[in-house]
Amino acid sequence: MGDRKQPEDGGGAGRTNSGRVDVEAIRQLLELMSQHDLAELEIEQEDLAVRLRKAGAAAAPAAVPPAPAQPAAPAVPESGAGAPAEDLPTIKSPMVGTFYTASGPDAEAFVEVGDQVTEESVVCVIEAMKVFNEIRAEMSGTIEKIFVRNAQAVEFGQPLFAVRPD
Amino acid sequence: MFSRILVANRGEIALRVIRACKEMGIEAVAVYSEADRGARYLDLADAAICIGPAAAAQSYLNIARIISAAEVADVDAIHPGYGFLAENAHFAEVCRSCNIEFIGPSVEAMNLLGDKVRARDVAKRVKIYTIPGSSAALESEEDALRLAHEIGYPVIVKAAAGGGGRGMRIAHNDISLTQAVRQGRAEAEAAFKDGRVYLEKYLEGARHVEVQILGDRHGTVLHFWERDCTLQRRHQKLVEESPSPGISPRTREKLCDAAVRLAQAAGYYGAGTCEFLLDRHETFYLLEVNARIQVEHPVTEMVTGIDLVEWQIRVAAGEALRMKQRDVPQNGHAIECRINAEDCSNGFRPCPGRLDKFRIPGGPGVRVDTHCYDGWTIGPQYDSMIAKVIVHRPNRRAAIATMRRALAEFQTEGVKTTVPLHQQIIANPDFISGKVDTGWVERMLQKKP
Repeated sequence: MGDRKQPEDGGGAGRTNSGRVDVEAIRQLLELMSQHDLAELEIEQEDLAVRLRKAGAAAAPAAVPPAPAQPAAPAVPESGAGAPAEDLPTIKSPMVGTFYTASGPDAEAFVEVGDQVTEESVVCVIEAMKVFNEIRAEMSGTIEKIFVRNAQAVEFGQPLFAVRPD
Repeated sequence: MFSRILVANRGEIALRVIRACKEMGIEAVAVYSEADRGARYLDLADAAICIGPAAAAQSYLNIARIISAAEVADVDAIHPGYGFLAENAHFAEVCRSCNIEFIGPSVEAMNLLGDKVRARDVAKRVKIYTIPGSSAALESEEDALRLAHEIGYPVIVKAAAGGGGRGMRIAHNDISLTQAVRQGRAEAEAAFKDGRVYLEKYLEGARHVEVQILGDRHGTVLHFWERDCTLQRRHQKLVEESPSPGISPRTREKLCDAAVRLAQAAGYYGAGTCEFLLDRHETFYLLEVNARIQVEHPVTEMVTGIDLVEWQIRVAAGEALRMKQRDVPQNGHAIECRINAEDCSNGFRPCPGRLDKFRIPGGPGVRVDTHCYDGWTIGPQYDSMIAKVIVHRPNRRAAIATMRRALAEFQTEGVKTTVPLHQQIIANPDFISGKVDTGWVERMLQKKP
């Protein structure tokens, strides 16, 4: 039950005069951002200058859910492979279920890395309680990265795709 | 026995169920909303799945999301805790139709006892008094007025689909009764999607005493003695204890026997509680039956030595109760104080916020059930209870002394809590002599300067 590590969402630069980063202060600011639903926060005090900007449109700040303890059996959703290398918006799962890249086992994947998508483009299906839900991109751009594998269990808010906006 | 259980709840009761699973070697899968992301108790589960945003309707109350989580995690059973979906018969039905056991009673029993009007009928059949009142939902305001004149004021208007002390209104005359019925209906419709209300005589100067029962799927129902929950504010329990300091051994016997008869008549299995109101002559009347584990279950666990959550799981898995009624002890005396994040000096306004400091008591005879810790932020989305402080000692006098010590050790900073109120109650001569009734807390609060 250790403390959370470095904040993983958005860009952030917090430097004290001594050059060391005050993680605790940044963590508290992130909470503030979340509570008040801010997309960007900039603070300058005599010993700390911070600018925080959220990646993506979703309300929750933490892109990476706490890793579940190493279960031997339950096929629980794996945490996303880490925040996007760059500060790219992500398409996040709106539900708990099983992620599929295509509409059927023999069908072509809806999207691959490098594909263009528009807001209406279907990027994947997520199956929940035997119902297959088509998930739309809801943004336009190019698929930069896919964070999850076919048939992987996903949870609410889990990043699925990174999209480079037009 | 189940190998994996999903805990469809949050906070201290989720932690309680996770602990029971761990002791039984069962894998526990927790679910959480974004408001609970990072909560430490989630680390104790074998896995934790985020099911939705903070709003309960899209997370802890959302049947589809919970079932989805149960399916991806491949669990055998779901424990609903208390509150949220714990008494939702439809949820129980959905679970079982998905081949996931619901750790609780049968759908039939939930429907029967969850409907306060039908529950009264069952009670009448097994010759348990119910409080004089309407035998069915009120048809109209005229209906209410006629009945009130028959049974006599004061009366109380209650929602048939309600529970947990919510949606109740007391009326002392025709005008306030008409208003109470009108408003009560609207509130019930909004809160429970069921606008039916019924009427009962309001017993002043009453004690609230409830009996813990546990039934198995082989027809056995046992009681685990009573809890006295007379100290309430706005129908929310503040302090609970066992044994009840205000009833004779004969009344205790009759109450416990009545609870068992009622549960048997309803074909009940699982953990449940029959709540009664007692008048000054110790005549008891059924209030309602709660078809779930209750907040104050630790009080019973301390005096009987039985792990109620463990037995909920065993019963759901088909095991028979191993003990006989005569083997269920009532040892010593236990008291529980429910600590809320509320401002006692400001109308008990809820105080969400960050717990900068959270130091809980310990030592002999003290048990604290809580999910909170230094640095945890209490959000505004859920109820304000932050901890239950339970003491267990050989007798009531010693239990009160230990509770006084424990409350003094309980230190928080960052949010206001109701610890000062509990300290006041525990020190009060009326409480110490056991001479309280359901209106006592409110009268005591009004006397304050």
